[in-house]
Amino acid sequence: MLDRSITTPVQDALHPGGVQAAHILQLWNGTLALCLMVFILVVGACLLALWRAPKGGAQAAPDLAGLEPATGARDARLMRVVIWCSVLAAAGLLVLLLGTIQAARALAQLPALDALQIELTGHDWWWEAHYRDPLTGQQFATANELHLPVGRAAIVTMRTTDVIHSLWIPNLHGKLDLIPGRITEIRLRADRAGLFRGQCAEFCGLQHTMMALDVVAEPPASYAAWATRQQAGALAAVGNLAQRGRAVFQERQCAACHAIAGTKATATIGPDLTHLARRRMIAAGMLPNTRGFLAGWIVDAPSIKPGVGMPAIHMPPDDLQALLAYLETLK
Amino acid sequence: MNAVDTDLELDATWRDPPGWRGFFAAVNHKTISLRFMVTTFGFFIAGGLLALAMRVQLAQPGSTLIGAHAYNQLFTMHGTTMMFLFAVPVMQAIAIYLVPLMIGARSVAFPRMNAFAFWIFLFGGVMLYVAYFFDAASDAGWFAYVPLSSFQYSPGKGVDFWAQMITFTEVSGLMEAIVLITTILKMRAPGMTLNRMPLFVWGVLVTSVMVLFALPAVVLASTALITDRLVDTRFYSPAHGGDVLLWQHLFWFFGHPEVYLIFIPPLGFISTIVATFARRPIVGYRTMVLCLIATGFLAFGLWVHHMFATDLPALGKIFFTAASLLIAVPTAVQIFCWIATLWSGRLWFRTPLLFVLGFFAILVLGGLTGLMLASVPLDLQVHDTYFVVAHLHYVLLGGAVFPLFGAFYYWFPKFTGRMLGETLGRWQFGLFFISFNVAFFPMHVLGLYGMPRRVYTYPQDAGWSNMNLMASIGALGIAISVLLFIINVWRSWRGGALAGNDPWRGGTLEWSMASPPPAANFPVVPVVHSLFPLWQPGGKPSHVTGLSTRYREVLITSVANAELDHRLWLPASSPWPFLAAVATTILFIGSIFSPWAVVWAALPVAVACTAWFWPEKDMTQQRSDSEQAP
Amino acid sequence: MKLENTDDALDVSTLPTFAFGTRSPMWWGTLGMIVVEGMVFALTIMTYFYLRSRSPTWPQQAPPPDLLWGSINAALMVASGIPNWWTKRAAEQLDLRRVRIGMAVCVAFGVACLLVRIGEFATLNVRWDTNAYGSVVWMLMGLHTMHLLTDTWDSAVLAVLMWTGPLEGKRFVDVAENAGYWYFVVISWLAVYAVVFWGARA
Repeated sequence: MLDRSITTPVQDALHPGGVQAAHILQLWNGTLALCLMVFILVVGACLLALWRAPKGGAQAAPDLAGLEPATGARDARLMRVVIWCSVLAAAGLLVLLLGTIQAARALAQLPALDALQIELTGHDWWWEAHYRDPLTGQQFATANELHLPVGRAAIVTMRTTDVIHSLWIPNLHGKLDLIPGRITEIRLRADRAGLFRGQCAEFCGLQHTMMALDVVAEPPASYAAWATRQQAGALAAVGNLAQRGRAVFQERQCAACHAIAGTKATATIGPDLTHLARRRMIAAGMLPNTRGFLAGWIVDAPSIKPGVGMPAIHMPPDDLQALLAYLETLK
Repeated sequence: MNAVDTDLELDATWRDPPGWRGFFAAVNHKTISLRFMVTTFGFFIAGGLLALAMRVQLAQPGSTLIGAHAYNQLFTMHGTTMMFLFAVPVMQAIAIYLVPLMIGARSVAFPRMNAFAFWIFLFGGVMLYVAYFFDAASDAGWFAYVPLSSFQYSPGKGVDFWAQMITFTEVSGLMEAIVLITTILKMRAPGMTLNRMPLFVWGVLVTSVMVLFALPAVVLASTALITDRLVDTRFYSPAHGGDVLLWQHLFWFFGHPEVYLIFIPPLGFISTIVATFARRPIVGYRTMVLCLIATGFLAFGLWVHHMFATDLPALGKIFFTAASLLIAVPTAVQIFCWIATLWSGRLWFRTPLLFVLGFFAILVLGGLTGLMLASVPLDLQVHDTYFVVAHLHYVLLGGAVFPLFGAFYYWFPKFTGRMLGETLGRWQFGLFFISFNVAFFPMHVLGLYGMPRRVYTYPQDAGWSNMNLMASIGALGIAISVLLFIINVWRSWRGGALAGNDPWRGGTLEWSMASPPPAANFPVVPVVHSLFPLWQPGGKPSHVTGLSTRYREVLITSVANAELDHRLWLPASSPWPFLAAVATTILFIGSIFSPWAVVWAALPVAVACTAWFWPEKDMTQQRSDSEQAP
Repeated sequence: MKLENTDDALDVSTLPTFAFGTRSPMWWGTLGMIVVEGMVFALTIMTYFYLRSRSPTWPQQAPPPDLLWGSINAALMVASGIPNWWTKRAAEQLDLRRVRIGMAVCVAFGVACLLVRIGEFATLNVRWDTNAYGSVVWMLMGLHTMHLLTDTWDSAVLAVLMWTGPLEGKRFVDVAENAGYWYFVVISWLAVYAVVFWGARA
C-alpha cells in the first residue's frame, strides 16, 4: 500500500519534539528534583524518629508534659522546629508557583507569525482536519493524520460535533479539550523531524481508546511536497480494475459519507479519503493501512470497532478487489 | 435500686428490640454504625473486584478478554462505588460509632434520622448494582461529563440510575453530617470544652460542615442531568443556550471537597493512633485544629484544577494553581507535628501504627504528585493519563485506606470485644504496602510515557506492556492482602483474644467502658477535666447523676464549654425510618421512569414522615408528667 | 447553667427537659437543613448568572416573566412574617391557645402562597424545555415550590397536633423551629424572586 518505510511512532512527554513540550519538560525536571528532595527529607525524618525514639510498650506511662505550660518547654521547642519546616515548605511551594508562571508564560509566547492554520474537528471517534496556509494559500482536507513543517508554528483551532474530546500529542505539547459549543485553540511547533502519535485524552464514549492520530513532523521542503500533493485532487484512476473500483465506490454508497476531492464525492460525514493511500494507519490509528486490514474494515467495520459510524458493507469479492485497487490509487 | 439493677434497666432501655421487628426498628447508633460499616466494606470489596477485572484486561496489550462496553462499565462502576458508596460513607459510619463514645454521650442526636440515612444509603447502592446486573449500568465514567452522559450519547437508563444513586447517597451523607454536627456541638459530656475535644472529633466536625456545603453541588448537578435526560431541560445543551462546562463546575465544586471529606477523618485516625502508640499527646493541639479547619476551608477553592485542559482563562487557572499549592501547607504542618510526636514519644509498634506509618510514605508521595498536577503546564501533559490514576490512588489509599485499616485494627477490639491477630495484621500490612507500590508506582511512568486514562487496551508497540503487567500483579497482591484482612476478622470474630476495656491503654473516653460497649455506652456519664481523661484521671465532680435509666434520656450541654443545659428524652426504636426510606426509594426510582412519580410517590413519603413524627400517646403522657420547663 | 456540686457527683435531675433557640438540638438540626437548602439555592442562582454570562441575549428568546403574581407572592410572604413571629413568641411562652391560632394562620398563608404560585408558573412566559434560561427559571421556581409545599405540610401537621394532642413541652420547641424554617422559606423566596423576575429585566 505505502511505499515509504513505516517507523514506530512515539507518544510520550519525556522526549520533546517541539518547544512547547520542551518548556513543560524543563518545569517537570525542576519540580521532580524539588519533590524528590522533599520526599527524602520527610520520610527520612520519619524513619529517623522511629529509629531513635525509645521503645516503650503498653506499660510506658503516657507523657503528659506537653499539656501544661509549666512543663511544656520541650513541646515549645518542637513547635518551633515545626514552624521552621513549614516556612521552608511554603518557600518551596512559592518556587513551584514561580516556575509554573514562568513556564505558562513561555507557552503563551510561541511566535506565531505566518503560522499554519489547521481547523481540527473531533468526532466520535476520528479526527477531521482542514488546512489553511496563509503563506501559500493552500487549503485542503484530511483526516487522522497531520503533517507539520519543522520550525514553523501551527495554530490549531478545534471544534467538536458531538462530545468532549481532547487533543494530546505529548511529544509536542500538553493537551487541550475540544468542547461542544466552544472553539478552542492550541499552538504547536515541531522542532525536529519525527513520527509522533497523538490520542484523544478525554473519555468520549465506547471507542475513546481507538481515537488516535499520526503527526508527521518533516523538513519544510518535504512538508511542502506533501501539502502540494494534498492540495491536488485525487489522481485519475488508471487501469480497468481501478476504474471498476471507482464505480463500486459510487454503487456501494461510499460517497454518501466520504469525500474524494476532484470527484463527485463530497460528503463529510466520514473521513476524507482523497489521499488515503499515503496514510500510515486507518480507523483513527487503530489498524495499519494495508490491503488486508483495509479489506476487513470496509466489509465489516462494526465488528472491528463496535459503535463506529461506518456500517458493514458486504460485497462480492470481485467488487472488493476492484475497490481496493481504486483506493490504492488515492495517493 | 442497686447498681446492678440500674445497669440492667439502663441496658434494657437502650438496647435494640429483638426479632425481625427489632431489626427494622433499631436506632441505637452502634447498631446502625456497624451495619453501615459492613455495607460500605461490602462495596469496597465489590469496587476492588471490579478493579481487579480491569487490571486483568490491561495486563497485556491488545487483550480481548473484556470488550469496550463492558470495560467502560467497569471503570464507571469502580470509581462510582469507591467514591460514592465506600470512601465518604465509611468515614461517617465510623464517626457515628465513635463520636458519642469519645464525647461521653449515650447516643447521637436524631437517632431515627441516623437510621433513615443508613437505609436510604443501602437502597441507593443496591439499586445501582441491581441495575448493573441487568446491564443498565452507566458507562460514562464516575464523573459523567456531559454531553457524553446526556440522553443523546448515553441512551437507556444507565446514567439515570447513576444520577439517582447520587441523590440517595448524598441525602444520606447530608443527614449524617447534620446528626454528627449536632451531636458534637450539643451532646458533649460536661467539662469537655472545645479544647478538650479529641482531634478525631474535630476532624469529624470539620468534615461534616464541609459536607453541608459541598454535597448540594452534586445534587444540583445530577438533578439537572436527570431533568435534561427525562424532561428535556437544556442546562447542558449548547444548542439551546446551555453550557457543557456548567456540569464540570458544579461537579468539581463538590468533587474537590469530596476528596477532603475522604481525607480529613483519617487525619483524625492518625492523630489518635500516633498519640496512643507514642504514649503522648500530639504536639501542637491548637495548631492541629487550625490546620484541620484551614484544610476544610481551602478545599473549596481548588475545583478548577480539574478543568485545566479546558478553555478557561489562563490567569484564572494560575489562581487555582496557587490555591492548590497553598492547601499543602496545613497538611504539611500536621505531618511535621506527627513526626515531632513520634520523635519525642516512647514508641510501641503494633499493627495500627504500622498502617499509619504506611500513610507517611504513600500519602506524602501522593501529595507531592498532587503539587505537580497543581501546576497548569505540568497538568496539561499528565491530566487524563495514568499519572493521575497513580496520584489519586496514592492519596486515596495512602491518605484514607491505610489509616482506615489502622483504625480498624485499633477500634475493632472496642467494636467486638476481641483483638485482631497481630501477626496476620503485620503480614497484611507488609503485603498491602509492597503490592500497592508495585501496582501504582509504574502508573506515574505510564502517564509520562503517554498512556491516557479510561482505555480498555493499548498498542503492543507503545512500550507500556511491562509496566501494565507489573501493575496488574500488584493489584493481585492487594487483593490477597484484603483477603488476609477478611480472614483475620473472621478468625477474631470466632475466637480472638479478649480485648477488655482498654487493650491499647488509650487516653480517650471510648476506652473507659467494656468492649463491646453496653447499649447505653456509659454506665455513668463522666464529667471531663482533661484532653486525655484516661491518662489524667481525677478531677471533681467525676460523673453525672440524675439521668433516667427507664427512658433514653441524654444530657444537652452548651456549644463552647459543655456546660449543663437541659435533658432530653431521645426517641426509642421505630420502624418509621425504614418505612420512610422504602417510600423515598420508590419515589426516587419511580422518578427515573416518569416525572409524575415525583407527585404520586410523594404521598406515601408524606404519610411515612408524618407517622414517624407523630407522637405516641403514652410516651407523651410520661414526658408531660415529668417535664420541667426552661 | 452551673449547678452546685458538693461531692463527686454532678446532679442533673433538676435541669429542664426541653429548651428553645440555640440551646435546642432541634435548632441546630434546622440550621443544618437551612445551610444545605441555602447552598442549593445559591448554586442554582449562580448557575442562572453563569448561563447568563455566556449568553449574548437574556432572557434567551423569551419575554421576561410577568411581574404580577410573583410580586403578590413576595408581598404575601413578607406579610406572613408577622403571624410567623407571633406564633414563635407564643410558643416560647408556652401559650397553647395562641399557638393554636397562630399555626392556623400560618398554614393559611402557606396555602395562599401555594395558590398564587400556580399563577406564577402560568405566567413565566417560557417553558422548562425551551432553552437553558427556561430550564434554570423553572428549576429555581420548582425548588422553592418544593420548600413551600413541604413546609406548609409540616406546619399543617404541627397545627393539627397542637389541636388534637398528644402534647408535651417539646412540641412548643417544634413550633418555634418550624417558624424559624419558615423565615428561610420567605428569605429564599425574596432571593429567587429578585433573580427570576428582575434578573430578566436588568
